[in-house]
This record gives sequence, C-alpha cells and structure tokens, in this order.
Amino acid sequence: MTDATLFGLCAAVLIGLGLFGLIVHPQPLRKILAFNVVGSGVFLLLGAIARRGAGSGFGGDPVPQALLITGIVVAFSATALAVALLLRLHDVAGSVTLSSDAPKVVPDAGDH
Amino acid sequence: MTLLLTVGIAALIVALAIWTIVARDTMAAVIGFATFGLILTLAWVRLFGVDIALTEAAIGGGLTGALLIGAAAHLRKTEIAAHADRVGMSTRICAALLSASVTVVLVFCVLALPDPAPTLASQVAANIAVTEVGNPITAVLLAFRAMDTMLEAIVLVFALIGVWSLAPDNAWGGRPGLRHSADPNGILAYLARVLPPIGIIVGLYIFWVGADHPGGKFQGATIIAAMWLLVIMAGLADAPPISRKWLRIGLAGGPLAFIAVGAYGAFAAGAFLAYPVGFAKPLIIVIELALMPTLALVLALMLLGAPQRAIK
Repeated sequence: MTDATLFGLCAAVLIGLGLFGLIVHPQPLRKILAFNVVGSGVFLLLGAIARRGAGSGFGGDPVPQALLITGIVVAFSATALAVALLLRLHDVAGSVTLSSDAPKVVPDAGDH
Repeated sequence: MTLLLTVGIAALIVALAIWTIVARDTMAAVIGFATFGLILTLAWVRLFGVDIALTEAAIGGGLTGALLIGAAAHLRKTEIAAHADRVGMSTRICAALLSASVTVVLVFCVLALPDPAPTLASQVAANIAVTEVGNPITAVLLAFRAMDTMLEAIVLVFALIGVWSLAPDNAWGGRPGLRHSADPNGILAYLARVLPPIGIIVGLYIFWVGADHPGGKFQGATIIAAMWLLVIMAGLADAPPISRKWLRIGLAGGPLAFIAVGAYGAFAAGAFLAYPVGFAKPLIIVIELALMPTLALVLALMLLGAPQRAIK
C-alpha cells in the first residue's frame, strides 16, 4: 500500500463526503464548502496519480502537478465568484435560501 | 514508520472533512475547512508535490479560508432561518447511498490504476534543458503548457469582472467591502506594520526562486496579496476604488503581455507561444514579471469582493 494509493483512497472518501454535504445542507454557504471538499478530493486524486508517474529523477509526473496548481487557483476564483453571488443574494433578498417558495424580491428604488 | 505518517495525515484529512460536513454551526465548519486545507499541505509534501503544497497552503488553505470565514461572519444572522429548510431523512439516506456508491466506484478505480503508470516525466526530462529552467513544474507551466497559464490568468480576470458586476447600482466603480478599522494600538495594527515588508521580500523570493526550485509566481503573488489584505483589514489603508486607472492597467497588463509574447512567438518561432531557441529564459522572465502584479491584484481584489461604497 504505497503513499499514492493511500492518498487516492483518502481522496475517494473526500469526494463522497463532499457530495453528501452538497446534497444535504440547505444553506448555500455549506454547499460551497462541500463543493470545495469535493474539489480538494479531486485534486488529491490527481496528485496521487502524478506521484505514481514519478521517474526520470522527478518525485512525481510534472505535467499533472502543474495542472493541479492551475486547478487550485481557478477553484479559488470560482469559490470567490460563488461567495460574491451569495452575499449579493443576501443583500438583495435579506435571506439566503434556494427554496422555490421564498418571498419574491421586490425591486425598490434605493439599492439595485 | 513513514507509512504510519502517511496514514496519520490521511486520517486527519478525512476527520477534518467529516467535521466540515457535519458541524452544525457554519463558522465552525468553515474554520475546520481552513484547517483541512493546511493539513492537505502535508499530504502534498508526502506526494512529492512541493510546489502544489505551497499553492495549497497559500490559496487553498489561506485565501479560500479567509474568504469563507468572511462570508460566514457576514451571514451569521441567516443561520436560524436556514434550519427551517432542513432536508428530510429520506433525502439524507438517498444522499448517503449516492455518496457511498461514488466513493466505492472511485476506490475501485484507484486500486485498478495501471501498474507501469503512464507518465510524461521522461518527456519533460528530455526537453527541459532547452527551456533553461531548473524546476520542471515551472517549465511545464511556462514553456510546455504556457497556453494553459495564459488562459488561467485571463479566467482570473474574468472571475474578478464577474465579482465586480455584482455591485449595487449606487456603488458602481466604488470601493469593495466596508471600511475596516482596528485598534491602532492593538496586535492586528502592529502586525500589519511589521509583517508586510518581510512578507513582500518572502513573496518576491519565492517568485524568483521558482525558476530552479519549488516556488513560482502564483505562490509569491499570493503572499504579496495577503500582505496587502492584512494592511487593509487592519484599517491602515483602504481598498482602492475599482475604477482607478492604475488598478485597471495592472490587471490588464499581465494577460496582455502574455498574449504579446505569444504573438511574438508566432512571428519569430512559427507557433503561438513558441519561444525562439535561446530566448526561452528571457521571455519566461518577461511573462512572469508582467503577471506578478496582475496576480497579486486579482487575488486580493477577489477576496475583497464586490464594491459596496460609492466614491464620493
């Protein structure tokens, strides 16, 4: 059982846990959090695959590792955009709920 | 012995993930997630991805944690209302079954990975000498897959524009967030005076050393962005209005320089983002120098959020 396999299994558990959290939590911020856990699991899985590709004097296959750096940065930007949308929903509607029977937003002259 | 270390780190990661998912209070879950990001850094070091460990600690644990803690603090009052929306037991059971089956399928995939693992390490090793860069990940990011890095920089700017577009009408083009203030004699203000010079030097060093050792512009830019955010959060400086010209020029400069280098490559070496022989290192340095301020600005501004205060 190598390090890579162990972290690959850990990543599989993370993805499952994140998926559960994404479905079960009603609050959008908890969903964003769970989605980030899924993202970390996917990155860890790719990292384990990169470790298995070690060779030619490198500790891991550099190509997937470089893709992971790109992935982590882009995942942060997606989270930032999601959080900005959530905060705007809160400012406009007063509550953060994704349920369909929420009170409709009444446009008023002041804010938006 | 080292297997025990790996098992320990993996168990800690899973435990923190479970905490993040099942904690009742959102702030507790978010803090658990920030810790999760930091322990994940250790996993990256075990997997021989030191560059990724730096990025995860800076962006995954640090910036994402700060972003989510700010959001959780802002949304504290909606916690009680959210409990009315709780899902029923049948949904929970279905979700648990779905998650468990996804995990089982992935476990089978992990255990069935091909044994002489396919790898591009040999190709990277064969071609890295031409790029005159010692760090293979920097070579991949800026020479072999430079197109990905360019598109990533552009995606970051687009995400920032998306965040800015959420400004209320009266605050359009204004300052992001509320004015922070901290006790001028307190520890936060003290730290915000003492740490930024050190942080900027560390950030520049990590950027520069990334050519031959683990490091690079993403990690360095994150540290510099964090220093700027620290100064803003301690109230020592205010977030700039987003309509300022220097801000806009700084944001556009990086991707434009990257595209310009790519066009030069199309002209001088036959393909977009190709480097003429012997010019690889100088062109890579040009790209990195142009991209550093853009990245620091983008990362800090994305965390500050949409404009809230109009410029008077």
